[in-house]
Amino acid sequence: MNTARLIEALSADVGPVRRAPLAKILSWVMVLGAVIAVCVMLATVGPRPGLAEAPAHFLALKLLFSLSLAISGGVVLFSAIHPGRDVRRLSRYLLLPIVVVGAAGVAALALTPPAAWGEMVLGTHWAMCVVCIPLFATLPFALLIWGLRRGAPTELGRTGAIAGLVAGALGAAAYSLHCPDDSLPFVAIWYAGSILLCGVVGKSLGRTLLRW
Amino acid sequence: MTEQSSEYELRSLMCAGLDGDADAHHRLLVDLSHRLRGYFRSRLLQFHRGPTEAEDLVQEVLLAVHTRRDTYDRSQPFTPWLYAIARYKLLDYLRRTKVSFRDIPADDAEHLIAQNDVDGVESAYDLDYLLATLQPKARRAIRYMKLQGLSVRETAAKTGMSESAVKVSVHRGLKALSALVKKGNKP
Repeated sequence: MNTARLIEALSADVGPVRRAPLAKILSWVMVLGAVIAVCVMLATVGPRPGLAEAPAHFLALKLLFSLSLAISGGVVLFSAIHPGRDVRRLSRYLLLPIVVVGAAGVAALALTPPAAWGEMVLGTHWAMCVVCIPLFATLPFALLIWGLRRGAPTELGRTGAIAGLVAGALGAAAYSLHCPDDSLPFVAIWYAGSILLCGVVGKSLGRTLLRW
Repeated sequence: MTEQSSEYELRSLMCAGLDGDADAHHRLLVDLSHRLRGYFRSRLLQFHRGPTEAEDLVQEVLLAVHTRRDTYDRSQPFTPWLYAIARYKLLDYLRRTKVSFRDIPADDAEHLIAQNDVDGVESAYDLDYLLATLQPKARRAIRYMKLQGLSVRETAAKTGMSESAVKVSVHRGLKALSALVKKGNKP
């Protein structure tokens, strides 16, 4: 087809265009993703026994960490599907929650005698954490990809990586309702590590899944 | 690209098109097809691809500009939006057709590595993009004085500002620009 004819065809039918409701789509995708992650958690490992009596501040900390990462990641994703915006600069801020938790973990270790370090770092269920967070993240990730494709991502690797981080963070939020390990170094290593793992997987998947 | 008015003109055509003005949309696409043709031909030359492939890419981008125009935010400059799409389509094409450095003679490959392709592309429209962020007064003053080399007096005559106002505008505008560049505000 020649270009002139293509242009004729494209401008033959032009109605008023509203901006794509991308903010709304992304918000709903994230809320739905969180609900699904919790449902998968309930259907598989279930909530921690005695969740109500467990130390509330550790649960609050895990939720604060994962949800702050998920929400700020969502904001960056919104930019990533608008061509021409500087996503690289924005995405650096996503390291902030991870660095804060990492620093808190190191500080907690420094305040504890080395004899207790092994238990603080490994907890009782570190393997469960590494398996469950990516598992819970799978469906939210698929939803996010669907939502992102409604926009126009131009840096697929980076966008996919951030989508992976956001999905991982939602998975971590769901897992925190099950997680019996209450220690800062545990959260710093296994939560952050699992979320970063989701980011790495998201990066390579994004390159193919987000093409348009 | 005539740096004079392209950003302003393209943006107003785009906005009119978004409001349903088919004629403006048509003119926008025709204008873009010329720009994109030049852009893709020169890029593809480095990879030993001809005008046919360039034309395919022109059409792909025109199609993308049309079908994804709901992702354009009117409060943002148009040029970075356009070239982000063009660059994406170019890289996607190169990846799809598996261009690797092995396909390129050694001399060219060195040339490509030494001269960062993407940065070169960016700087071509950076100027337009940056200028678009300035007040219209400062923008005009800087265009006349710094880009066309007119004197303060000639610029004052052309813009209808006083000579001291021209000086102040240029000074403030350049300061704002260098602050933007320092901030790393790349399109």
